[in-house]
Parts: sequence; structure tokens; C-alpha cells
Amino acid sequence: MLNIVNKSPFEKTTLESCLRVAQARPNGSALLLIEDAVYAATKGNAVEGRIRDAMKTVPVYALWPDLEARGMQDRVIEGVKLVDYGGFVDLAAEHNTIQSWL
Amino acid sequence: MSFELNGRTYDTDEEGYLTNLADWNEDVAGYLAREEKVDMTESHWEVVNFLREYYNEFQIAPAIRVLTKAIGKKLGPDKGNSKYLYELFPYGPAKQACKIAGLPKPTGCI
Amino acid sequence: MTEATGGIEMEEGQSGIVKKFMFVNRKAPYGTVYALEGLEVVLISAAFDQDVSMAFLDDGVYQLAKGQHTKAIDVKNFSPTYRALEGYDIEKLYVEKESLEARGLSQENLLVPVEVLNSKEIAALMADQDVVISF
Repeated sequence: MLNIVNKSPFEKTTLESCLRVAQARPNGSALLLIEDAVYAATKGNAVEGRIRDAMKTVPVYALWPDLEARGMQDRVIEGVKLVDYGGFVDLAAEHNTIQSWL
Repeated sequence: MSFELNGRTYDTDEEGYLTNLADWNEDVAGYLAREEKVDMTESHWEVVNFLREYYNEFQIAPAIRVLTKAIGKKLGPDKGNSKYLYELFPYGPAKQACKIAGLPKPTGCI
Repeated sequence: MTEATGGIEMEEGQSGIVKKFMFVNRKAPYGTVYALEGLEVVLISAAFDQDVSMAFLDDGVYQLAKGQHTKAIDVKNFSPTYRALEGYDIEKLYVEKESLEARGLSQENLLVPVEVLNSKEIAALMADQDVVISF
């Protein structure tokens, strides 16, 4: 299952809901942060610990163009994997199921 | 809307402002000026070039009040006033000079 | 066509009544249209010679982050426009300290000079306004 989150973790509880479920069955799960959700992948923010915890069992990806647009390209937490649009497509193709958490 | 110039088609909005900033060149400016019945002199080009520089830096077309102040700072007080700019662009510096400079309509210009 | 920002008549001022307007920005840029719309309203408001300030809270502080490059997402980068505010005589920019800290940001990460205030100070400023408009 590829889980896609696109909302800021400071504005919506989507990231938390997604991680609660994904971490309950981590095998084959991945998390992709896009749009305003990429802020979650930045160092020093209040949910950094949550992302670090998730990465112990679930691979976390962030969409590079969205990080760059927001000026967050130099602040990414170590261990978060960066993908471009091509990588986004690859992730989608690699997983049998995709869920966009709205 | 669009117009043809030197065998190329340029897209504009319904008021004749260039849709794509990157389409701009001096020939296009000349065409847009003729459409506005503005006879381009060195003074006109000075304002048009100033507007393009301002846009490059701030990504907006300035309000007239801001334009006059900024021009005054850069080109001197004899040019940094509404009278001077309206003499060059009688139908409004914001409307005409921005259009000739290939910029979008200034924010707040309704 | 009239120019709300441009009329010479406007510069003369009409009523002469000056009110305190605060525009509160709480949304990140690009994810929604609020940040850009709010900025445009602020620029237009500058024509009316009022006492205008901007406050950046919550995800709104991300609007001022340095180093935004939007070419790859094919959306206009409007962050340079915050630097134009000074030319519009909008010089009172307040950023909430708590919001910055929750995001691991500090004043050096912002693209314009701002005054960083804590929640209590921001609250006092808000209470002192005639009009507060939130985006």
C-alpha cells in the first residue's frame, strides 16, 4: 500500500491517521508526502519525531519539486527519500494499492 | 485573443495584455505601443524597461503610486511624479506602460 | 477602467479617517490559494492610506520562507512580492514566535525583515485593531 498525504500536519490530522493505520501493518506500506504535507519531512518541526518513528517500519518519501517550491529543500530529515515526478510514477507502479488520504 | 507579428502569433488576454511574459521583445513592445497610439521615445523606453526590472525583482506590476516613488528614486524627482508619467502615457502609466512592457495588468487596476 | 491603486484623486485622500487594519495570514503558500489572495488584498489596500499591518501565524509563516523555487511545480513563485511591501509603505510585518518554533524556523530563514512576537504580544496587537481580516 502506497499512502499519499498532501495536507500540512499542522492543519489537518491526515498524517497522523495515515501513520496510525500504516504502522499497524507496516509490511509493504510506504508513505509519500506531497504538496503541503512535505513540511512534515523537515527538520526541527513539531512532528519530526513522528516521522522518525514512522521511518523505523515504513519507508517515507517526499516529492522534491514540492519541497523546492516551498523553500524546504535544505531542511529534509535524514532518511526521508526524495523523489521527482518520475519517482512518483515508479512508486505508484511498484505498489498494488494506492491510497490518497484526503 | 491574439495578434500576428513577423509571422508569429502572440496570445493576449481580452484587454490586450500579453499572456506570456517570455513572449516579449522590443518588436512586440513596438507593436503594443502602436496599438496604444504611443510614440515610443527614449523616455518611454526608460519607463518600460524600469517596469520590466521591477517585475523581475518583485513579480508584480507596481501600483502607480509605488511606480512614481520608485522611478523618482532611480531616475530623479523630475521623473518621479504622476504628471511626467501621464504625459508619456496619457491613458494611464499602469494601463499603457505595463501593457507595452508585456506585464500583466497591475494588481488593483479594476 | 479606473485604477483603484492609481487614481491621482486617491492620493489626495478622501475622508482622512485612518483605521488600523491587520491582515492575518495562517496558510502555507501553493497548497491553497489563500496566501496569494491575501497578499493581493494587502497590496490593493495600500492605495487607501490606512494603517496596515500583516501578521503571520501557524502555516502562514511558511509564506515568508527563503529559497522558494516553483519552476518544477509550474506555479508562479510569489514570494519575491513580499519584498515589494516596503515600497507600498507596508512595513509592519509580525511573525508569531511560537509558530516559527513549531516549524523549526527562525528569523534568518525568512526573506523579509519582520518583528517576531510571542502569542501574548500578537494577541494584544490584534485587540488594538479596528479591522482584522484573516486569510
